[in-house]
Amino acid sequence: MRNSKLFIATAALAAAIASPASAHRQWMLPSTTILSGTHGGVTVDAAASNDLFYPDHRPMGLDNVTVWAPDGSEHEIGNPATGRYRSTFDVAIDQPGTWKIGTDQSMVFGSFKLDGETWRVGGFRRRPPMAGQGGPGGNAGPGGPAGRPRFDPSHVVASAAEIPAGATDVKLSERVSRNFIFVTADAPTATVFKTGKGLELEPVTHPASLVSNEDARFRFLVDGKPAAGVEVTVIPGGKQFREAEDAQKLTTGADGMLTVTWPVAGMYWLHATLTDNHPSEPRASERRMSYTTTLEVLAP
Amino acid sequence: MKSKVLPSVPLLAAGVIATPAAAATVSVTIPRINVAEYHKPYVAGWLEPVGGGAARTVFVWYDVKKGGREPGTKWLADLRSWWRKGGRSLQLPADGVSGATRAPGTYRIPLPDNLPAGQYVLKVEAARETGGRELVSVPITVPGKGGSASGKTELGAVTVR
Repeated sequence: MRNSKLFIATAALAAAIASPASAHRQWMLPSTTILSGTHGGVTVDAAASNDLFYPDHRPMGLDNVTVWAPDGSEHEIGNPATGRYRSTFDVAIDQPGTWKIGTDQSMVFGSFKLDGETWRVGGFRRRPPMAGQGGPGGNAGPGGPAGRPRFDPSHVVASAAEIPAGATDVKLSERVSRNFIFVTADAPTATVFKTGKGLELEPVTHPASLVSNEDARFRFLVDGKPAAGVEVTVIPGGKQFREAEDAQKLTTGADGMLTVTWPVAGMYWLHATLTDNHPSEPRASERRMSYTTTLEVLAP
Repeated sequence: MKSKVLPSVPLLAAGVIATPAAAATVSVTIPRINVAEYHKPYVAGWLEPVGGGAARTVFVWYDVKKGGREPGTKWLADLRSWWRKGGRSLQLPADGVSGATRAPGTYRIPLPDNLPAGQYVLKVEAARETGGRELVSVPITVPGKGGSASGKTELGAVTVR
């Protein structure tokens, strides 16, 4: 049990990362994903909660939400508001085609030793520490929510760049969390799906063409290449109106392909995870990627 | 009677071969629905080749005149099957295809006269503001075989002959 302290530290780190641990799912719920014409838009709820899409835990922060239009241009969200349980915002959809809305965040977290003492890297739940406060020891703010002082706050650095030269036992992981929703005005397009970086969903069945009596196929890519072995969870919303969660646990094939059968029409939460050893931070040992989306499946 | 009808059969057959579907017509019945707030439904009809391939819209009736911030086209996606099968890539208004919504009654619409021979499913979908939505399918063969089916709520008989 000599390592128990480190164990606790690691667990707490994992819990403190922006992307919620397995329990609380981060989700965005658009009012619709299919629009006729470009004179309107959508309104979106965003929260983290156990059950989908039932906001009873905490709102999603909107600071990092970006809107990508079909032509690649980036747009702002409108009317952002954060309540106790959920955030809401609007997106004006003024171009035909498929839009991408959401967050794409990456961070490096872990630990190192300096002069025999353990330091922590990353793990700030909400905002990164103020810049310009110097290296180790300068960011003495609370690393997590009040009442959970698991770390010596004076032994935290915000990013891998702040690890001092004399550090030893550097153990780092990179986490790349994506949460996107797709909204299509008129005919669907596929310009916003692939960037060639990290874990991505490439539509074989377009998200604007999902029907409950037809299987959907999506190809998952990592760095632009088919991603085998991606673990995918698919959960229909509205658990409070049925007995079981009805989650499907699926895995992509060698060609990155995922086939999803929809038990009912409705809004679905899809969450894919993949860990590999190609982090962009060279000292990190692994890259943990997640890709979350909300899909609207129509009745036939 | 007999002498009159028989000679005309070869003529009809020849006509059918020359212009395969010239005579094919679909009749669509919009039922009268007694509700306090009635709006004439959006209705679309389209042909799906059974062997696969692009659907072809035959007609779509929507609120053509409503403009402004919420033009009548806004609710075309409520015809959700038609929207997915081709409505979303159709430029509206479309000559010979789109038109205004219609009151309860039976309407006859000619099918396109240049359809390649083969099997099709004619689909008719209706969606009504504050009301329901219904889809009726009629398998047909071009040239030659019509068919009929009926909706239960938003559509009455749909007949191809």
